[in-house]
Amino acid sequence: MKRRGGRSLPRSTYTNRLQGNVTWAEYCTMELDFSNLFAQFISGLCRAMVLFLMASGLTIVFGVMRVVNFAHGSFYMLGAYLAYSLTQFYASSPSRFWVALIVAPTLVSLVGGLVEYVLLRRIYDKDHLLQILLTYALIFVLGDFIKMFWGVDLRIVSMPAALEGFITFFGNSFPLYYFFIIAIGVLVALSLLFILKITRFGKLMRASAEHREMVEMLGYNVRGIFTVVFMMAAWLGGLAGVVIAPTVRLSLGMDMEIIIECFLVVIIGGLGSIWGALLAALITGELYAFGILVLEKYAMTFIYGLAAVIIILRPAGLLGKQAH
Amino acid sequence: MEKTNRTKLLIGLAVALFSLALPFVLEQCFSQYYVYLTVKIIIWSLFAVSFNLVLGYGGMMSFGHAAFYGTGAYTCALLLARASWPMPAALIAAPFAAAIVGLVIGYFSVRIKGIFYFAVLTLSCSQLVYIVVFKWRSLTLGDDGIQGIPVPSFISTLETYVYCYFFILIVSSLCIYILFKIVRSPFGLILRTIRDNPERATFIGVRISNYKLIAFAISAFFSGVAGALFVLLETSVSPDILKWSVSGEVLLMGLLGGMHVFLGPIIGAAIMVLLNSFVTSYTEYWGLFIGMTFVCIVLFFPEGVGGVVRAKWLACNQRKTF
Amino acid sequence: MAILETRGLKKSFGGVLAVAGIDLTVEKNQIVGVIGPNGAGKTTLFNLISGYYPSDEGEVFFKGNDITGWPPERIVSLGLGRSFQVTSLFPELSVWENVQGTVLFTRGKGLSLFSRATGQAKEETARILSQVELLEKKDELSGTLAAGDRKRLELGIVIATGADFLLLDEPTCGMSPVETSATVVLIRKIAEGMNLTVLFTEHKMDMVFEISSSITVMNFGSVIASGRPEEIRNNKIVQDIYFGE
Repeated sequence: MKRRGGRSLPRSTYTNRLQGNVTWAEYCTMELDFSNLFAQFISGLCRAMVLFLMASGLTIVFGVMRVVNFAHGSFYMLGAYLAYSLTQFYASSPSRFWVALIVAPTLVSLVGGLVEYVLLRRIYDKDHLLQILLTYALIFVLGDFIKMFWGVDLRIVSMPAALEGFITFFGNSFPLYYFFIIAIGVLVALSLLFILKITRFGKLMRASAEHREMVEMLGYNVRGIFTVVFMMAAWLGGLAGVVIAPTVRLSLGMDMEIIIECFLVVIIGGLGSIWGALLAALITGELYAFGILVLEKYAMTFIYGLAAVIIILRPAGLLGKQAH
Repeated sequence: MEKTNRTKLLIGLAVALFSLALPFVLEQCFSQYYVYLTVKIIIWSLFAVSFNLVLGYGGMMSFGHAAFYGTGAYTCALLLARASWPMPAALIAAPFAAAIVGLVIGYFSVRIKGIFYFAVLTLSCSQLVYIVVFKWRSLTLGDDGIQGIPVPSFISTLETYVYCYFFILIVSSLCIYILFKIVRSPFGLILRTIRDNPERATFIGVRISNYKLIAFAISAFFSGVAGALFVLLETSVSPDILKWSVSGEVLLMGLLGGMHVFLGPIIGAAIMVLLNSFVTSYTEYWGLFIGMTFVCIVLFFPEGVGGVVRAKWLACNQRKTF
Repeated sequence: MAILETRGLKKSFGGVLAVAGIDLTVEKNQIVGVIGPNGAGKTTLFNLISGYYPSDEGEVFFKGNDITGWPPERIVSLGLGRSFQVTSLFPELSVWENVQGTVLFTRGKGLSLFSRATGQAKEETARILSQVELLEKKDELSGTLAAGDRKRLELGIVIATGADFLLLDEPTCGMSPVETSATVVLIRKIAEGMNLTVLFTEHKMDMVFEISSSITVMNFGSVIASGRPEEIRNNKIVQDIYFGE
């Protein structure tokens, strides 16, 4: 039985002819049969990696500083729009996307550092409610700044030439770019693990989360640690934005779209746990990818449904800590 | 004691006279637009006061109240435009629809532990409602919104907003009065105990989730009334009414006006509506303005305008607490 | 019949065994004092009994009901009242409202939405407040009360729940000797006057020995000794704990 399925990443609208068997446009409207379940699996994995990049940023900030950064999606959006500007600026260079990949997240992390230094610092010791309000306010502020610089029109970021092609195996064609995203996700996951478990800074991060005063007494600059952690999170968000940019149309609602899904991921996985973020991102990504086969337009409801189940059965999340 | 009662009575009388005369004065001296603005203030006041039942009295910071406002609006709009219901029936049905949505969202939200999780969940649920309304084109006409909704002519007449003003004023005042009674009731008292010290409340036997859920549903109900009144005023509706920023605006009204004062959010509503009218005539970056206001409140005025007033009032009349 | 009975209650926190198998029985109308050094597990025991958190093992029976694993609000509705070591009140409400709210809730008026709370339950609230000697301060915000008054207000709240079994965690904590003896008199008066059973914990020995009809000594999460005050006074093991190596 042939069934129609969408792709979990919205299609890019450019129509350049690609190397490989099939164009993007054709690829996206292809009729599916069940042997393409593997294709859905791969695209789900891809989505999961982007979600992981986002969720891990959110979670390390919460884990170390006990603050939920509601404006995390704004870093994502900023990363995407910066990628647009950089690729436009270096339009003639063939490696413009790679430049964007390096520079955009760095710029975003600088913005993050600024935000942390000027605003966030003042509220660490304040009521949780005030902390939420501040980062919530940033969604408005950053969103309008982006609107100011880039306007309301939809933007397109073109895919890097090296990754335009397709890989074929198991009788299916997969965009090479999907594997690039997956590879980035795996690389970041491994790096985070390395940083957290092995490096001294990682140990400091974890120590500051549990025993801030003690770490300060031992002579470490906890404030500086917090700034660096926040910049790391902003970097992750920006990276997610750059990485997703060639596959979507950039619009001003991107920040809210991604942060909601990101929130659902951390509800499912548990705040503060990187493993939880990874696990939940994988589940969410795949659930969405297969959910599209069932409910084309409303696949998100499956994610909400899972979050609802988790809230009832295990409110702290799959791998979350019980106390808050 | 008697003096404060008499002062209150005089103030109440002055307010009543003021609100009766206001539309005519505005119409004559300025223009219809200001009467329209006043009606907007009244509608947002109802929304903000309902919202504050959950924020100031229930101690829950909800980031998704647009869901209830918008559900009330869309229910009213669809019943009037698509099902040709008479206005009173649509106006009554709308809040019930909003309350049902409130019960569903509230059911999950109140049992989650932690301020962050609560905020995140209410925000997400509200987005879900937005997306559903946006995408369900066959029912809601999606992005295009519903225009030209049939509203009784005395309300929608373009010649004068005065009748509209009085109708909406009466309905809103009635709702706010009911909310006032609820806040003053034993239920309201228990709600405040939950807000003050949930642990202690538990140990006098209160099932906190149930009470919070009821407060949530009541708040959703009256937010739905406000949404329906919005439709009557504008005779149109679009998914924008369900956007996450609408939830942010009503939250800001509660904070600006002072969340521990019952009428505080009304001040917040007036400030925001007037500022919005002013700012948007100069710039399209209203969002930036909202964000900066939030930041200022967090850093400098956590108690809000109403809170400052209340502190002064309390200092004068030492014993009264509310 | 025993009003409260625990069997083999155990609770660990991250590897530390706080309560290591407690069998405790409290008879009706007794005033039972639980004593022991810091860290003996007294507060943990109280938390387990009142449902604050679930035990790892063991059972609790209250008035014949197996309340193991019950949430606190359910246990309270059976008639158990709890006061905390760190006084737990409703700080933004007045003294009057603290008690009145409790009374109204206990009477089932919690879901009354449209009546006005102010004038309700006047007699009962006034009676309770005068019992704990706080009637003159009824309009003060409870958050601003002095320490001794706070304890008495909390006692008032507990009484207002209609509890006939009181679980009091250091009811005279932080009080001066004068206040302490006044509170002791108060507790005894209330307990005897209203036929209540009291299970409490304290560090002030003279107070415990004066008021208790039975004393239980805990150390390292277990019951070391239990019995009448004179027995405990002469108990060698108890003496060792407090005075010996």
